[in-house]
Amino acid sequence: MNIYRSHVLICGGTGCVSSKSDKLQEKFENLLVNKDLDKEIKVVRTGCFGLCEAGPIIIVYPEGSFYSQVKIEDVEEIIDEHLVKGRIVKRLLFKDSIEDDIIKSVEEVEFYKKQKRIALKNCGVIDPEDVDEYIAYDGYMALGKVLTEMTPEEVIETIKDSGLRGRGGGGFSTGLKWGFTAKAQGDQKYVLCNADEGDPGAFMDRSILEGDPHSVIESMAIAGYAIGSNQGYVYIRAEYPIAVDRLQIAIDQAREKGLLGKNIFGTDFEFDMEIRLGAGAFVCGEETALIASIEGERGMPRNKPPYPANKGLWQKPTLINNVETYANIPQIILHGADWFKSMGTEKSSGTKVFALGGKINNTGLIEVPMGTTLREVIYEVGGGIPNGKKFKAVQTGGPSGGCITAKELDTPIDFDSLTAIGSMMGSGGMIIMDEDDCMVDIARYFLDFTVEESCGKCPPCRIGTKRMLEILEKITSGNGEPEDLNRLERLSENIKSSSLCGLGQSASNPVLSTLKHFRDEYEAHVNEKRCPSGLCKDLLSYYIIAEKCKGCTLCIKACPSDAITGERKEVHEIHQDKCIKCGACLDKCPFKAIITK
Amino acid sequence: MKSLDELKKIREASLDKIDLRNKKDGMRIVVGMATCGISAGARDVLMALLEEIKSRNLRDVTVTQTGCIGICRLEPIFEVYSPGGEKVTYVNMTPEKAKKVISQHIVNNKVISEYTIGAVEE
Repeated sequence: MNIYRSHVLICGGTGCVSSKSDKLQEKFENLLVNKDLDKEIKVVRTGCFGLCEAGPIIIVYPEGSFYSQVKIEDVEEIIDEHLVKGRIVKRLLFKDSIEDDIIKSVEEVEFYKKQKRIALKNCGVIDPEDVDEYIAYDGYMALGKVLTEMTPEEVIETIKDSGLRGRGGGGFSTGLKWGFTAKAQGDQKYVLCNADEGDPGAFMDRSILEGDPHSVIESMAIAGYAIGSNQGYVYIRAEYPIAVDRLQIAIDQAREKGLLGKNIFGTDFEFDMEIRLGAGAFVCGEETALIASIEGERGMPRNKPPYPANKGLWQKPTLINNVETYANIPQIILHGADWFKSMGTEKSSGTKVFALGGKINNTGLIEVPMGTTLREVIYEVGGGIPNGKKFKAVQTGGPSGGCITAKELDTPIDFDSLTAIGSMMGSGGMIIMDEDDCMVDIARYFLDFTVEESCGKCPPCRIGTKRMLEILEKITSGNGEPEDLNRLERLSENIKSSSLCGLGQSASNPVLSTLKHFRDEYEAHVNEKRCPSGLCKDLLSYYIIAEKCKGCTLCIKACPSDAITGERKEVHEIHQDKCIKCGACLDKCPFKAIITK
Repeated sequence: MKSLDELKKIREASLDKIDLRNKKDGMRIVVGMATCGISAGARDVLMALLEEIKSRNLRDVTVTQTGCIGICRLEPIFEVYSPGGEKVTYVNMTPEKAKKVISQHIVNNKVISEYTIGAVEE
């Protein structure tokens, strides 16, 4: 084996790959061979480091230097300067990792300091395509411990004691769920992993499968032992190709090592698993729809009970957990329930992964202990709002959740406190909005998503959400009537109480919560035909300020609909009847003479 | 996988693969790797250090590089920082001397005075 003096870790998560990290890796490997350094320096492709905003990211060990937004032409400089001469290339370091000329290593960067990584423990640390690296970080030790030292009952008891709750959004006690499925009678039982991540902006499940697929495999085998099942399925959307590939590689490696298959760890226990690809329908994240989809049926939910624990896949007792939930299990087994409970709040133990998106500096993936406040997440880990804008609200829980305003920024994040303030944990997507965002438009956006994703089985969801969307479109296009706000509320309540599954039951949450916190914005749209954030195009008009217009004709040339007239060196005019409100004139005007009202 | 012991063996063998990425609290050896150092043979010294550390299975030692330390005529140079922050500078290093530093200074905490800059400059 070669002795390496440096490791170059290149992020191979979807975010960084889309900014060409795969090309960087190729360049590194080629140059190292050319310079005869490939026996001393190892290039490792890892999963996501979490700071997607700063991608593509490269970390060089042993120094732990954190390079961000590395371009292909920077590669040679990193090799010649850092790897040959030991001079860290300061201009490429992530901005927060250099302070007063002192270089901080990756774990000292503010973004990581407040984080506690359990589910993401190995993401960005190991090569996900090398099972040995997973094993080096105690991988499969939990499975070994469970099979050789614990009874299935003890496993379930440990998970129950840990207080772990479903990370997919439901928040139901994982231990109880395991217990129900273990007790259910059946000749065959199944272990499913729900990797049908669909909330707009959420990508933690993808990142875990891309960065640490073995943690899910190990955990599903542990679950199989606990409930008495020998077969697992991971239901994952086909639009996650990197995650699917790496998971398949990991399953193959686990089989090769005898970590899946018969007589695992020399015991009678056998377990194997397969991938099932979904077509990316949001409703298939609902467990009964997911099961239908695996069975080859159309992905539509059914009434509960019976719950999958009793009648699930092919009518057999079935355990179904989310990716992030599974990723916590091996750590709980290894370190004990008390260790897990020592983090988080009383009723929500452990940590939670959040995907930060929208108007925030550090877009990316973070993991913090439950009970961390929204303010800490947004301003400390997330680095605050870009361009000095004012924070307006954060949407949690995706299309099922609601928004949280500045007043509630000091709320500790856990399952119950988010529900108490009218939002929900959901799968952990957080979309941060600033003063430029229109809350009516946000509600319209989420409804648009729900209408698109409604499976159509039950009328309240199929027809009701469509009607709500129509009302919202009416309001944002300037045709709203005062009565519309009451109609929205009434519809919301009806859809909530009569829909078949969670998708419909929660579809109106974004509307209800924006109506509650930002009713004034709705009223401005309806009563004054005005969008306070200036985002709803139909409610905007473009005007030329006569004093500022120099008559340069640039706007006339830019206007695609010939809505602007005027002679050279004379004040121009916008004709509202022809204006299509594209904003081209505003971008072109060198004198800032065009405004919107 | 037949037993937990088998898994532990794989883990032991794999630790080498990832050891470089772990945070360490022990001694830190910084090798001067500017043009002067490299031309005087610093690469061989660096590799000798790494080999010796590996063969002795010293998990808590970090080896990094730096640029020109400033006394090019005494290259190859490396500096050993103890966890407390004290620094010892070794000069005119060769792979053989480097291995000796590992065995005496890093393992037994005995500075080899005759190799240090203080002794050579006198």
